[in-house]
Amino acid sequence: MAAIFQGVGAAAALSSSPSNSFDSKKFVSSPCRPFSVRKGASFAVVRSDGRVNLNPKGRRAQQLISNAVATKSDSAAASSSSKPGHELLLFEALQEGLEEEMERDLRVCVMGEDVGHYGGSYKVTKGLAKKFGDLRVLDTPIAENSFSGMGIGAAMTGLRPVVEGMNMGFLLLAFNQISNNCGMLHYTSGGQFTIPIVIRGPGGVGRQLGAEHSQRLESYFQSIPGIQMVACSTPYNAKGLMKAAIRSENPVILFEHVLLYNLKERIPDEDYICNLEEAEMVRPGEHVTILTYSRMRYHVMQAAKTLVNKGYDPEVIDIRSLKPFDLYTIGNSVKKTHRVLIVEECMRTGGIGASLIAAITENFNDYLDAPIMCLSSQDVPTPYAGTLEEVTVVQPAQIVTAVEQLCQ
Amino acid sequence: MALSHLAASASRSSSLLKPLSSGLSLRRSISGDNSPLTVETSVPFTSHQCEAPSRSVETNPKELLTFFRDMALMRRMEIAADSLYKAKLIRGFCHLYDGQEAVAVGMEAAITKKDCIITAYRDHCTFVSRGGTLLEVFAELMGRQAGCSKGKGGSMHFYKKDSNFYGGHGIVGAQVPLGCGLAFAQKYSKDETVTFALYGDGAANQGQLFEALNISALWDLPAILVCENNHYGMGTAEWRAAKSPAYYKRGDYVPGLKVDGMDALAVKQACKFAKEHALKNGPIILEMDTYRYHGHSMSDPGSTYRTRDEISGVRQERDPIERIRKLILSHDLATEKELKDVEKEVRKEVDDAIAQAKESPMPEPSELFTNVYAKGLGVESFGADRKEVRATLP
Repeated sequence: MAAIFQGVGAAAALSSSPSNSFDSKKFVSSPCRPFSVRKGASFAVVRSDGRVNLNPKGRRAQQLISNAVATKSDSAAASSSSKPGHELLLFEALQEGLEEEMERDLRVCVMGEDVGHYGGSYKVTKGLAKKFGDLRVLDTPIAENSFSGMGIGAAMTGLRPVVEGMNMGFLLLAFNQISNNCGMLHYTSGGQFTIPIVIRGPGGVGRQLGAEHSQRLESYFQSIPGIQMVACSTPYNAKGLMKAAIRSENPVILFEHVLLYNLKERIPDEDYICNLEEAEMVRPGEHVTILTYSRMRYHVMQAAKTLVNKGYDPEVIDIRSLKPFDLYTIGNSVKKTHRVLIVEECMRTGGIGASLIAAITENFNDYLDAPIMCLSSQDVPTPYAGTLEEVTVVQPAQIVTAVEQLCQ
Repeated sequence: MALSHLAASASRSSSLLKPLSSGLSLRRSISGDNSPLTVETSVPFTSHQCEAPSRSVETNPKELLTFFRDMALMRRMEIAADSLYKAKLIRGFCHLYDGQEAVAVGMEAAITKKDCIITAYRDHCTFVSRGGTLLEVFAELMGRQAGCSKGKGGSMHFYKKDSNFYGGHGIVGAQVPLGCGLAFAQKYSKDETVTFALYGDGAANQGQLFEALNISALWDLPAILVCENNHYGMGTAEWRAAKSPAYYKRGDYVPGLKVDGMDALAVKQACKFAKEHALKNGPIILEMDTYRYHGHSMSDPGSTYRTRDEISGVRQERDPIERIRKLILSHDLATEKELKDVEKEVRKEVDDAIAQAKESPMPEPSELFTNVYAKGLGVESFGADRKEVRATLP
């Protein structure tokens, strides 16, 4: 089964959709925000050598970068050798992040189906078993409920497992462990145990993978108290979020997308993490705030090109943190543009968009000039037929129409 | 604990009562000594895919007296919890362990505090045997601040990290994969310790148990799965729930041992054997043949699916505390009166703990939001103004 997966995934990613082979940095144009500007919030930054630095005002800029946004891209004509950093695909970025963390902390281990000798069905764990051995990169039998439980049990003692669901949908079998044990143990034990586990895997609607392999589990998990959820969308934030998730003391669920694994980007050579609770400003604008995450970010950016040609100036924010929402960034944007469009891949009922609408309405209702619009996938099982599947998810044309409607 | 104070008063009285041999008066003191004693278990062990350990258990008077005291304490504690529940000071679910004390006490005698124990929701006595105090138990049951989980866990969520007691789990069977994860961590850190993952005869039919057992056997983990078979999964008798109620055999390729769970010494022997086995050969299953006097929980009278005769029959013939009492008396380790004094003392201890627990306050309203996330590394719930998410309580 894994072999078919890999073939489909690779072929699908390279096929017709133009968003996959884009250099995602082309759409990023906001400068880095300096780290120490935050008022009143004190937090610790873990540096690459393991030391913990509180309020790192005096740190050298090279050591640890934790800003939300990749640097402004230069013109594409610049030769690759003179640019800093190195270019890689998203799954390689994940692998790099995982490898660096495993080197840095001996307690990090990986568990999942075919992560070891096979190298991972999406090659995220490729080469790790050879490097770290069978006790740190563990091939499990097909038993999601129990190996997720085992990961959580190991995390209770202080190990830092990274549990991979070969497809997020399979983690439904581990829902009890994730909800009751992973999310709630810190609370029900009165703070005695922390569960520093990372649960990751690809989800989302792929290329004709069928209903059961195209699920969006973020909508099911979002109510579980005690967990954090993040969704990566570019190689830069994939590596950063993977590293931050592993270093976090809280259980983090990292949502990857089946169709984004072959995105290419240039990422910095030095050690960096992305803040788990922060949203990413993809494209600042004035007219409308578009909130999105994961694959829909690319559909939004494609629609943004059309919108710019039509004279609109959308502000695109990749919310990245699905739980908790970064209401600060979102709020500042709403206060500026007064119009919100949410573009997501979850289904309309009970999805991330539904929660986001509630959160924005509760907090920023006075700043809205129009009701929030939410474009989500249809409330249907994802069909196999390609034409039907295309209609199930939000397409760029719909986004353009929605913005036009919103900005009337 | 209070044994030394008891020894002072009792040894005086014992030497008064039995002036036969003043030379033996030291041995007769209630605190006991470490001189070895060999006792036979009530029934031999039945084994599956392994050699059963011997029926003769090495023990000593001190240990037997400790068993008696600890089990009497647990029994009293559970009965007191029953009364507190009926007085509506304990709400929700309350699953009592009386009748099964020998499993907790025997297991603890065979292992160290570095070995891990994880169990399901019938966890009050296991928590105490791992070093939890009565105050923590009663305060947690009543939802007070002094409870082991600060009042936020309740009856089914007792944990004690510093003595490797991992709880306290409400969902049937979910603790077994957690337990195998603990064993994995022990193997990973090369600790030379083992994990005892306890579950009931009802949970023995859960698929995740077999999944975890498969993985443990594959990876050679020092996991010991202990089935506390009290013959009823809530209201369903084991023969109605399991096609094969020989739970110790269900591991198939994993060896198993069936133990009389009402005999603390047999439990101790089995756990010692299992620990040695697990450290060398990987997982093993222990089936403790035990019985609970109360119903499944406080809302279950316990008599609709079994007869009162059955319950009183087991109480007459197999009660763990009575067995130890008879052993102590037959080996002349203490007098009837001394044992009764221990029971009185234990009763007082329980009453004192309850009084103290009642004085402990309810958790502060702000405690509602603590311990949801672990703080540090910049993890804070970001609210609309970048501060922590605040909620105003009515």
